[in-house]
Amino acid sequence: MPAPQLSASTLTDMANTLSKSIYAYANPAVFEPVAERIFRLAFIAALVFAGFGLYFGLLNSPADYQQGDTVRIMYVHVPAAWMALFCYSAMAASSAAGFIWKHPLADVAAKETAPIGAAFTFLALFTGSIWGKPMWGAWWAWDARLTSVLILFFLYLGYMALWRAVADKTRAARLAAILAIVGFVNVPIIKFSVDWWNSLHQPASVLRADGPTIHPAMLTPLFLMIGAYMCAYIAMLMASMRNELAARRIARLEAEDHAKPANLVET
Amino acid sequence: MKQKKRERLYMFGGAFIAAAGAVALTLTALSQSITYFYTPSELADLEEAPTRPIRLGGLVLDGSVKHPTGPTSGEQITFVVTDGGAEVRVSYKGLLPDLFREGQGVVVQGKLIGANDLVADNVLAKHDENYMPKEVADALKEQGRWKDGDAGS
Repeated sequence: MPAPQLSASTLTDMANTLSKSIYAYANPAVFEPVAERIFRLAFIAALVFAGFGLYFGLLNSPADYQQGDTVRIMYVHVPAAWMALFCYSAMAASSAAGFIWKHPLADVAAKETAPIGAAFTFLALFTGSIWGKPMWGAWWAWDARLTSVLILFFLYLGYMALWRAVADKTRAARLAAILAIVGFVNVPIIKFSVDWWNSLHQPASVLRADGPTIHPAMLTPLFLMIGAYMCAYIAMLMASMRNELAARRIARLEAEDHAKPANLVET
Repeated sequence: MKQKKRERLYMFGGAFIAAAGAVALTLTALSQSITYFYTPSELADLEEAPTRPIRLGGLVLDGSVKHPTGPTSGEQITFVVTDGGAEVRVSYKGLLPDLFREGQGVVVQGKLIGANDLVADNVLAKHDENYMPKEVADALKEQGRWKDGDAGS
């Protein structure tokens, strides 16, 4: 018996259903309850991960043979640095979805990811600095890794400023998307800066060809904290996307209100 | 509609490719100044010894640290920085970071006097990518499986 043939029309139907299901979430009435549920789940998961991560990281993990207890800064620093890169990549990806396919929620997701990513970047720079002073003997060094992460921080700020500078939201989204994708060039530079140039910052310890160079007892709290940061990002993103959608709706309603003739408002 | 979508895709992709190209060219041209330090071998390979202050990175050679009047006196100390290929003698007066010890990666900043002598005005410790509890480090050393000499590269 021949296998059932997929006709061109079934394929088109499938594609339509898929794109419909993606675009369905563009409808706030559909997105709202889903975002609410994701927010609750991610929020609780973040608390659980952070609880275990901080317990193991701060209390129940060995001190490093060289750094002593200073190694515990890593459990806050490394996840922050990873999330700084992850958020920027997510921002660039949703910018692409918004710019090319005009998905209405993609622009909102990109816009609301920026301040979260900027906060992670700041946290990475800050904790790195207080680790650097006792270990390296310097708060800051203009090496390739540190400088490229500082540039990432400014890219986030520039992206946020651009959204505020352009009043028309559709135009702001287009310009910000171009800035996001141009700035994405920086992401691989940050990752490989420690391999391409001599740098003060140590090379990769986890994502490397020959496996992690961190002892398993220290990897456990590190991964727990990465889980906590990731869930926190998802929770914050859902919350701030809902806020942004509500704010846009208020702005729209107010604009309609103002558009009414004065005599109609009075009666 | 499809045509428009393709145009936007090309525009977006084009913006990224153009930016990536420009940045790649810039970084290649500037690689000499982006690099944070020279290794002793790189320094030896330079045709002309730099007269400006430079940074030099490598391992502190075992047995090379000399404190003329004890480690905490603030007096000048001397040590040798090596990368296995070449060596540079460093003299320094000032505070050393806690991680500074023989066999440890360091980055020193200062001026070259002569081909292989550097007067440092700043010494930074370089931490490597290895993280482990003290017991594990001791056990590795005991078993002779300690990898020496990969910390400063």
